[in-house]
Amino acid sequence: MSKILEKEYFSKNVVKIILDAPEIAKSRKPGHFVIIKIGDKGERIPLTIASSDSEKGTITLVVQTVGVTSAKLINLEVGDEVTDVVGPLGEATHIENVGTVLCAGGGVGVAPLLPIVEGFKKAGNRVITVLAARSKDLVILEEQMREFSDEVIIMTDDGTYGKKGLVTLGMEEVIKREKVDLSVVIGPAIMMKFAALTTKKYNIKTYASLNTIMVDGTGMCGACRVEVGGKTKFVCVDGPEFDAHEVDFDQMLMRLGAYKDQEHLAYQKYLETSETVA
Amino acid sequence: MENIAEYLKAERSQEWRNEIRKTMKTKLRLEKVRVEMSEEDPNIRNTNNIEVNTGLSVEEAVLEAQRCIDCPTPTCMTGCPVGINIPKFIKKIEKEDFLGAAAVLKDTNGLPAVCGRVCPQEKQCEAQCFYTIKLNKPPVAIGHLERFAADYEQNSGQIAIPDVAESNKIKLGIVGSGPAGLAAAGDLAKFGYDVTVFEALHEIGGVLKYGIPEFRLPNDVVDVEIESLKQMGVKFRTNFIVGKTASFEDLKKDGYQAFFVGSGAGLPRFMNIPGENFNGIFSSNEYLTRVNLMNAADPEYDTPVHSGDYVAVIGGGNTAMDSVRTAKRLGAKRSMIIYRRSEAEMPARVEEVKHAKEEGIEFMNLHNPLEYYANDNGMVKSMKVQKMELGEPDSSGRRRPIPIEGSEFILEVDTVVVSVGVSPNPIVPAALPKLEITDWGTIVVDKDTMQSTTIPEIFAGGDIVRGGATVILAMGDGRKAAAGMHKYIQEKIKAN
Repeated sequence: MSKILEKEYFSKNVVKIILDAPEIAKSRKPGHFVIIKIGDKGERIPLTIASSDSEKGTITLVVQTVGVTSAKLINLEVGDEVTDVVGPLGEATHIENVGTVLCAGGGVGVAPLLPIVEGFKKAGNRVITVLAARSKDLVILEEQMREFSDEVIIMTDDGTYGKKGLVTLGMEEVIKREKVDLSVVIGPAIMMKFAALTTKKYNIKTYASLNTIMVDGTGMCGACRVEVGGKTKFVCVDGPEFDAHEVDFDQMLMRLGAYKDQEHLAYQKYLETSETVA
Repeated sequence: MENIAEYLKAERSQEWRNEIRKTMKTKLRLEKVRVEMSEEDPNIRNTNNIEVNTGLSVEEAVLEAQRCIDCPTPTCMTGCPVGINIPKFIKKIEKEDFLGAAAVLKDTNGLPAVCGRVCPQEKQCEAQCFYTIKLNKPPVAIGHLERFAADYEQNSGQIAIPDVAESNKIKLGIVGSGPAGLAAAGDLAKFGYDVTVFEALHEIGGVLKYGIPEFRLPNDVVDVEIESLKQMGVKFRTNFIVGKTASFEDLKKDGYQAFFVGSGAGLPRFMNIPGENFNGIFSSNEYLTRVNLMNAADPEYDTPVHSGDYVAVIGGGNTAMDSVRTAKRLGAKRSMIIYRRSEAEMPARVEEVKHAKEEGIEFMNLHNPLEYYANDNGMVKSMKVQKMELGEPDSSGRRRPIPIEGSEFILEVDTVVVSVGVSPNPIVPAALPKLEITDWGTIVVDKDTMQSTTIPEIFAGGDIVRGGATVILAMGDGRKAAAGMHKYIQEKIKAN
């Protein structure tokens, strides 16, 4: 059981939650994730840790409503308990001084990107960050990103904030302007796919953090498997970060859709029941 | 070993044992026919989750106990990995002291109700029974009797908690709450240690919960045994991964002096054939975890599972049988085992294969998958299968399967469960770089004490050492390791 200590709405469907989890806070490094479960009948889902405070014993998660479990989590209030939280899981991001790092985040992928931006900056790199969202009100953590980035470029699909266009446009602008030594991309699978194609064109080493379906999160079940460089890898123990140019994003997208129909039905049912309760 | 022989002799010559033996002539005992445990109707049970074996009645149990002739040298015990005093518990049943029988079981086995259900007795104690080796007759039904005594105690409400030595306040950590960890925890608690079991999942029991289905081992049965351990003072921490949530070093700073690692089977193996990552293709670990641990088949629970009409399970072990029988229960029209050797080579228990056949499982033995095909959404829709024939024995001693050229055909499937084995869990070896591990990722230990060859405070057993074993072998390892840890700690105390 982990108590919710703080909750802040970034937008209607995106919430920042601070959880009491002292052991995880102490062990956690950038790139790590947790598995959470809500209630005795809940499912286990992975969420990347956005930040932690080992002194206060807290971890921060940024959650977007995409289905039943994320909706249940967002509907919890300060003082409520999350039934099960386990972690930190996965391999931590390998952070070192490489020169110039181009970080690109899409949607709530910006949250797990923040500690990586911070890490690379503190390791002495020049860090340029591209934040992408559908529109202005979905741009999150801009201020915090500015704190640890030499430059922040904002891209919105509808042009309501920053520049109009996709994340790849912002990335390409930087790549054409200056030498980039490493790129890190986190966001929806489709965004990572095209971001990886962009950096591949310029032969820039790129890491992507994958958010596949998981059950146990400890290497036991293989639900998270995806081909990387022609070999099947388990995201939970081999990842979540991989060489983005080797990841079979089409297979990952296909596997993310495995339960699309059931998830949709379950979410509709959840909305109906939660509305009746309200 | 002499001590054990003398102890058994002394036990056997106790007054009550002598009397029980005298109540019936050996000749009469030998004439009795082995009782058969009754089973639920296969055509009804394959639509629900109730336990298949119904257990023995009091009358059946006493009759079967009378068959045991109480041999002066009980060979059956040589087949038991945890060294249960088999004739003693059976004679207690004959004496109709059923709680006494359960107490004998618990002297050496913390989980008798589990072992009475899932142990391969036909390869262990019953294979060494006097009836089997000397008379070529069906052995005493030791497994059925074990389950009877354990169930009797569970149902009596008078569950005896084993005696525990006075607390020595020495903290020991157990990594994993499966059968190896639970067995080690029970023995260490008896020695008086302050034992904490760390479990990665949200439920205690490891493979007994996520793996073995309800129809073979009800969760309630496991929970009663876990409750006994709690009563003995064993502490449990769920959602705690040693090596991740806290390091071994962190725990040592917290006062833990030694660890038993029973972290079990980790990565499921796949065959690396084309199309294996299509949706609807699971490892048996994933399929069984979704259904058993997460209750995915119950609409009240949030976890989904694909379990279609045409289910192929690849493999011939107990896990394959568990998976294919689960698929049948979830409503499959065809539930098929696809196994590359013949039934004679199957590693699954004979009883599981028999139960599966009764329930309408189709066995496609001497068949091997080559490739999977999917629809536009990436859902598996069919597979290419090749027929095999048996050649010369391979390194495992089993006849090697050889593909028959030109025998390939397409089989319609909408769910596939790959059950071809597992590799050891990599988390502990990754967290302890100094730990000696084999090329297969198993931990190298001394076979008598289960102590790591390179880190003295680490002991290990079960699948993380064996690579893939049974519940009872894991428990045997846990008990051996508990004795090894006890010796290690006591020697350390003496040295200081």
